Amino acid sequence: MQALLDVRKIRQDFPILNRRLKDGKKLVYLDNAATTQKPNEVIDAICKYYSDYNSNIHRAVYQIAEEATEEYERTRENVRKFVNAKYEEEIIFTRNTTESINLVAYSWGNANIKKGNTILLTEYEHHSNIVPWQILCKSRGARIKYLEVDEDGYLDLEVLEELLSRKGDGKIKLVSLSEMSNVLGTIFPATEIIKMAHEKNIPVLLDGAQSVPHMKTDVQQTDCDFLAFSAHKMLGPTGVGVLYVKKAILEQMKPFISGGDMIKEVHKENTIFNDLPYRFEGGTPNIADVIGFSSALKYLNRIGMENVRDHELEMTNYLLSRIQEVKNIIVYGPKVAKDRGGLVSFNIEGIHPHDCATILNDFGVAIRSGHHCAQVLMEKLDIVASSRASLYIYNTKEEIDILIDALNHARRIFNL
Amino acid sequence: MSEDIYREMILDHYRNPRNKGKIEEPDIRINDSNPLCGDEISIDLKVEGDIIKDIKFDGRGCAISQASASMLTEMVSNKPLTTIKDITKDDVLENIGLTNLGPARIKCALLSLKVLKLGMVKYYVDRDPTSAAQMKDESKVF
Repeated sequence: MQALLDVRKIRQDFPILNRRLKDGKKLVYLDNAATTQKPNEVIDAICKYYSDYNSNIHRAVYQIAEEATEEYERTRENVRKFVNAKYEEEIIFTRNTTESINLVAYSWGNANIKKGNTILLTEYEHHSNIVPWQILCKSRGARIKYLEVDEDGYLDLEVLEELLSRKGDGKIKLVSLSEMSNVLGTIFPATEIIKMAHEKNIPVLLDGAQSVPHMKTDVQQTDCDFLAFSAHKMLGPTGVGVLYVKKAILEQMKPFISGGDMIKEVHKENTIFNDLPYRFEGGTPNIADVIGFSSALKYLNRIGMENVRDHELEMTNYLLSRIQEVKNIIVYGPKVAKDRGGLVSFNIEGIHPHDCATILNDFGVAIRSGHHCAQVLMEKLDIVASSRASLYIYNTKEEIDILIDALNHARRIFNL
Repeated sequence: MSEDIYREMILDHYRNPRNKGKIEEPDIRINDSNPLCGDEISIDLKVEGDIIKDIKFDGRGCAISQASASMLTEMVSNKPLTTIKDITKDDVLENIGLTNLGPARIKCALLSLKVLKLGMVKYYVDRDPTSAAQMKDESKVF
């Protein structure tokens, strides 16, 4: 079968994939759900900003500042196109997904969540989509309800329908869920869930940290009210997050971080806030990395998000079938690749995931072990931690083979 | 290499931990966890006339954290409580034979020592609150 992506060519664009580790081993990078590697053109774009037109944006009138403003705002337009938002002002730059969700919790949440209200989350949420809501609920006298996930990693939409229909005390005021679990790998039916919530006039925040980097995103089609994601999980630099908010909602929202750049006029007693989206970007932003993010989007567009998804499907299929060869392995989440993004969490009975990851490191294999910032889910699965291998556009079947060899070696070291 | 870490002694203590469990009505019960990896250790102590008459640990975690806890309980059993104060991190690492651990895994190896020292501090502070500041200084692991 013809490979879907020219992975050999893609790998040449990522300098880190050519480095050698301590004992001369190649890096087998399988921790892409934590952060992805960066291609040369992203690294170059950041260098170019600092060496060519470094300046602060939006205010100064000289040439290099105008160049910087133009590149920064071009990224906003590129993000808009990438997620198919209607308006540029619906795109807000933050530091990361966590800050994006915090912005919604503090700004929208404080204005709209009242005593006795309920916010609906799921059991598989990342801590970044739990803790801001806990803090909000404590201060507002509201509650969190968790939609259960079953042992195969799926949600029961009938239970969801029942919860969404609750009236009076316990009425759901917001649904906030991740489109793809960073532990189970499940891709959830966001469009359907959002449609169900909207039928009851309940807004939905979609945590796209794991989904946006790996498949085509269309906010007008899914109709989410809020979408949060991070640049660094999709070839971009760290320190850049995105929050998309539907314009009609954003117009009603009060600022989160206040100070410079987010104002029109400041007087001793009052301030007139800036227009959208600048009202939500207080202070000098991460200019260099936002500009670098444009190059990441350009790279992904060139490959095509459908092809990214197809490549990951092929690799996940291969990983799921090969990992079953390892004795005493427990794999979490859906059994079939089509319901998953490109990640697989697992445990080998008798080997703690940290010991497993330490042994894999001998093979140059970088995987994540721990609770993956999803302790609510860990409690549900009744485990302390798991190992997780997560894939991206540059990963190959040969690398998966090395992972499997390393897992078998771990079993030998533990005399299993 | 991992073969140097996961030697027979570590695997033996991991699979057959010594002094594992709980003490009914302990004089000291204390626990802590490693937020990065979720390792958990709790330690129960029975103290008679300043001597550690019984010690048990409980917990979940990697081979290094659990084996290290198991070996630490053997190290202090039937010793004066004050010996805990003098145990250094190097003592523990040498005792378990892992002196080359990286910064991420060293915390696994030392979690039980941290818990044990916290327990000793709590024991003395409960009896003499004025000793709190000095005890805390003397029992830092990291």
